[in-house]
Amino acid sequence: MSELALSALAGAKATGLVTIEDMGLCGMVTLRADLAASAGAVEQVTGAAMPGPRAMTTGQGVQVAWMSPDELLILCDHAGADAMVAALSQALAGQHHLAVNVSDARAVLRVTGGAGALRDTLAKITPADLAALPVQEMRRTRLQQVAGAIWFVTDTEARVICFRSVARYVFDLLAMSARDGGAVGYH
Amino acid sequence: MSTRLATGGRLIDRSRTVSFTFNGKRLRGHPGDTLASALLAAGQVIVGRSFKYHRPRGVMASGAEDPNALVNLGAGNRHEPNQRATTTALFDGLVATSQNHWPSLNWDIGEVNALVPRLLPAGFYYKTFIHPRPFWKHVFEPIIRQSAGLGRAPDPRHADPDRYEHFYAHTDLVIAGGGIAGLAAALQAGRAGLRVILCEQTAHWGGRAPVDGVEIDGLPAGEWVNDAVEQLEKMENVHLRLNCMIAGVYDHGYVIAYERVADDSPGGDAPRHRLWRIRSAQVIAATGALERPLSFPGNDKPGVMLAAAVRDYVVNYGVAPGARTVIVTNNDDAYRTALALDDAGLAVPCIVDARPEANGPLVQAARARGLRVLTGMGICNVKGLRGVVAVQLCAQSGSGAVVEDVICDAVAMSGGWSPVVHLWSHCGGKLTWDEAGAFFRPDPMRPPTNQSGAGFVSCAGAADGALWAGETLENAGLITRRVLESFGSSTDHPMPVARAAAEAPMLPVWMMPEEAGPKKRAKMWLDFQNDVKVSDVQLAAREGYESVEHTKRYTTIGMATDQGKLSNINGLAILAKALDEDIPRVGTTTFRPPYTPISMGAIAGEARGPIFQPLRRTPMHDWHEANGAHWEPVGHWRRPYCFPKQGESHRDAVNREIAATRASLGVLDASTLGKIIVKGPDAGRFIDMLYTNLMSNLKPGKCRYGLMCSENGFLMDDGVVARLDDDTFLVHTTTGGADRIHAHMEDWLQCEWWDWQVYTANVTEQWAQIAVVGPKARAVLEKLGSDVDLSAEALPFMGWAEGRIGGFDARVFRISFSGELSFEVAVPASQGRAFWDKIQEVGAEFGATPYGTEALHVMRAEKGFIMIGDETDGTVIPQDLGLDWAISKKKDDYLGKRAQERAHMTDPARWKLVGLETLDGSVLPDGSYALAEGVNANGQRNTQGRVTSTYFSPTLGRGIAMGLVLHGPDRMGEVLDFNTTKPAPKGGAAPTIKARIVSPVFFDPEGTKQNV
Amino acid sequence: MLTLTCPYCGIAACETELAPGGEAHLKRFGPGSSDDDFEGYLFLRPNVKGVHFERWRHAMGCGKWFLAARCTATLEVFGTYSAQTPEPTAEIIAAIRAKRPDWSLT
Repeated sequence: MSELALSALAGAKATGLVTIEDMGLCGMVTLRADLAASAGAVEQVTGAAMPGPRAMTTGQGVQVAWMSPDELLILCDHAGADAMVAALSQALAGQHHLAVNVSDARAVLRVTGGAGALRDTLAKITPADLAALPVQEMRRTRLQQVAGAIWFVTDTEARVICFRSVARYVFDLLAMSARDGGAVGYH
Repeated sequence: MSTRLATGGRLIDRSRTVSFTFNGKRLRGHPGDTLASALLAAGQVIVGRSFKYHRPRGVMASGAEDPNALVNLGAGNRHEPNQRATTTALFDGLVATSQNHWPSLNWDIGEVNALVPRLLPAGFYYKTFIHPRPFWKHVFEPIIRQSAGLGRAPDPRHADPDRYEHFYAHTDLVIAGGGIAGLAAALQAGRAGLRVILCEQTAHWGGRAPVDGVEIDGLPAGEWVNDAVEQLEKMENVHLRLNCMIAGVYDHGYVIAYERVADDSPGGDAPRHRLWRIRSAQVIAATGALERPLSFPGNDKPGVMLAAAVRDYVVNYGVAPGARTVIVTNNDDAYRTALALDDAGLAVPCIVDARPEANGPLVQAARARGLRVLTGMGICNVKGLRGVVAVQLCAQSGSGAVVEDVICDAVAMSGGWSPVVHLWSHCGGKLTWDEAGAFFRPDPMRPPTNQSGAGFVSCAGAADGALWAGETLENAGLITRRVLESFGSSTDHPMPVARAAAEAPMLPVWMMPEEAGPKKRAKMWLDFQNDVKVSDVQLAAREGYESVEHTKRYTTIGMATDQGKLSNINGLAILAKALDEDIPRVGTTTFRPPYTPISMGAIAGEARGPIFQPLRRTPMHDWHEANGAHWEPVGHWRRPYCFPKQGESHRDAVNREIAATRASLGVLDASTLGKIIVKGPDAGRFIDMLYTNLMSNLKPGKCRYGLMCSENGFLMDDGVVARLDDDTFLVHTTTGGADRIHAHMEDWLQCEWWDWQVYTANVTEQWAQIAVVGPKARAVLEKLGSDVDLSAEALPFMGWAEGRIGGFDARVFRISFSGELSFEVAVPASQGRAFWDKIQEVGAEFGATPYGTEALHVMRAEKGFIMIGDETDGTVIPQDLGLDWAISKKKDDYLGKRAQERAHMTDPARWKLVGLETLDGSVLPDGSYALAEGVNANGQRNTQGRVTSTYFSPTLGRGIAMGLVLHGPDRMGEVLDFNTTKPAPKGGAAPTIKARIVSPVFFDPEGTKQNV
Repeated sequence: MLTLTCPYCGIAACETELAPGGEAHLKRFGPGSSDDDFEGYLFLRPNVKGVHFERWRHAMGCGKWFLAARCTATLEVFGTYSAQTPEPTAEIIAAIRAKRPDWSLT
């Protein structure tokens, strides 16, 4: 029934100082394991190297994000998430781990704009130091009243990820923060 | 009378005019004016009334410290009270009205309060609150309610149409104040490579220096300021912000700044205010100093102003506060006002100097111009009712015998200056008394400290007590160098050098004249907004108030919206003298943030309207909304309470939903239930610690209901556990429990049993869960087409299976919270809406009826199932609820087991769960108590139980309830009296409702309906 | 508003990203323990003015619990460290002593 599958925001888009778009359905797998002991298996399945703290690495159509000392979030094709879980479970057979498809538990937003406007807009909803956040490093943080994560894909494009149930809240927060009259000019 | 001068005004644009209204009168001003300067230019000397005596009040200052010029600003839904005219930028279309007067500003009936001040002495409220009680209620309270209060509260029906936002910033150094000290500090820090945020609360850089004739590096201060700002704007590491006040400094370098973005352009797209939430390693408070009033009789009359404010209005705005201005001072700085007035061609009849001698360069300059300087003199009376017409002079040293009358229409007073040490003090910085300047300044040995234990706030320039412009920059340079050193940075660039006329020492003057009698002291105002006079503070001291904090609250000195910016030092000097103590021993009150009031909107930020709180939506949320759901908030979730049809009441809708479910088919969105995966070799052992019952022996493919308790023994959550495979469990929690229980699990795994091999993952939102409930539940799923065998044999009650149903990837759990045949079907959240639609479509022939939380609650109560939050309230243990069957006797340990062994927990007198049936079939009131004989020590009726859940059961056609009752399970059939909220009839007892103790399972006790 | 550095992910987190968890290094007393021991474990806290060991969770972040040594009077932070330790580590004790020479772990 994947043809009937819907992302939480169903393609929502807003434009202002920056542009905010629903990324649609994204594949996501949570892996909890002893990361040092799992590096080989993870690389074998994803093609990506084991990331260091807060970092993200890239494989074939797959990104691996460090979430905590014993947790990764693997970003992949939505349709391929179950297969990813199966492949990880097979590669880690005999080793204590938990791999689970969480694709539908979250929403992913793309935020694009000038480097300064992009960080200024995000700085209205998170206490994280965005000037100090390098490209391809995931910052798990607070998006005003909910938990979420931010990373910069490039200097002018960011991803915001949050739980599915609050996707509309986070989208509305960003859309409000990006309204044209609210330029700050700080970053 | 005040007026606009023909020329001058460095901050206004005379080529353009803007119009505004004050009390309905159309007035004009210029861009660059503040509302205060425009009002003065229009000759509006009286701008408000004081709080207690309703005395006429005029503009006294030119900045944030002004206590008097508070107005209602804006109209309709933009109306806001207590806005300071001195800090309000004038804009076209501004609407202001004066406050606290009736019937008019110029003639106020409340002014009679001033004629009877003996009825309203210091501590008036405390004294009259006590006795006589009836006198307070019938006499004082009505009068006070009529006359007290400042401004008019906004109409609650008017929502604020503007938007607000927060902004988080991280930096090395925040500099508060864009005067010459702040600018110079920013230049040095910027050159040293620090990331700097420089904030100035007004709309202009430069502070006082351009008005005061300071020269910096050979340039007039104004030109130097322009150059400095130009240089700073070029520095990428320096961020400049005007109209942005550092409101507070908090622990670990947390700084709040209040930016007024669009106050002067209402209706645009910009946020009106922005609250900056800054983390800064260091803070430099270059916040300057505030001038103090002098305490002479009549010092509160409109037309009496601070001396520096007078020259601000002349130089900055081309406004003359008066045509003939008497200067009264104890220092040299006020002579600058005399010179500025003289420069503008305005008359200065005399300069009254309380010091026995005055010979500084500024004094000499005044004398050289032929201005009359009277030393050793003071003012003993100000003549005029609604303005100044003359002052009477006396010797400062005596009791106030009149020496001379001087005709004038304004008085410029200066009692010296106090450094603005607020930001230093907000986070615990201590002060030291400066004898020479008669002010408190930062004690460099006791700064506010950060997370490393090091000082992180420094005052620079006048704020550090370096009041004289010549030394301000030198001080700022020293302070900045120390701050740079804390970063291991420095700059070789020299600090600018300021030149200003030298000043002779000031003389502390706390009362004028020095030996004034009681009558005169009752006319010397300390706090102009709250009407606190020298006599009030002296009375407080006589009545035993020795602490400055107590005196503040007793007299209300410093409690006005200006928070004592003008009254603080004068008040505590009077108190110290009355107590015969040194000022530093009496100490000062605590400076607390914000520096000046900030808007509620800025504090709330974007959190209003649809994004006031995160509203959690299930994948079927839009369907519910489109189908008329009446919502119930459950935590941040919104769940449908019921789905009323056109014209249907909520109760009728609930009854219909229950009837349809029990008769045929109901469908519930159960997606909000928490779902947590627990996996690992030690998962069974861990689950056994979490639950009171034994879970580890659960077979894969099976479900079991379980109870979770806190370590304190109390029931905290319940739900069904499904065993997915040998080392994986799926834990279902309550809707509100998912995050809490996941955190609880992680707490024990990370902090207590970290050697156990268990991983958890909260997958609540990965799944949409739909309960398909009722006699036709199996039929509808089979009609959908399923590769899972849904028969009672293959999938019995409390079993689960995985497969495809109607083409959807599904997990099916045979669990029931209604007592009906029930399948809870979980599909990936992205497919939830499609599956829900499919069920409605295929279920139509069975009358598929979506039901909400209320039907869910009633059906579970009919079955006697407990609900966390109804039957439990944080003081209830499973044993209270007759759930002993769910408490394992085999386990050595589980969370809460030890606590449940305590004497109080095993007390047989604990109230226990029973069902309750009213004799007349009515519904017991929620929260009702079962009455017992007698009364307790407080005279309240004794009780022997309480109602925990109560509903009308449409299935049974009567009220049903559950409750906790003393020895309840042993008293089946007994009838108890329950109280109601209905009042007792005259002479009679309050009505009660009789209910019989019965089993809590009201419907299908054998479970024949669910086990099919 | 505190800033504490999470020892697991290295983020200097704002207090609004953290959840407090009370005193650290409590020894659990379960079934079989005396009433006094159980009371001490569950309820009695010294509530010190000064050096305090406490639990925090990086709730709006990596989700890990960690421990902090902090002065409750000045809010000075001596360090943060792993939650998987039954007592203050030698490193954290040394860090405290460096700032509070008179302090000792009682």
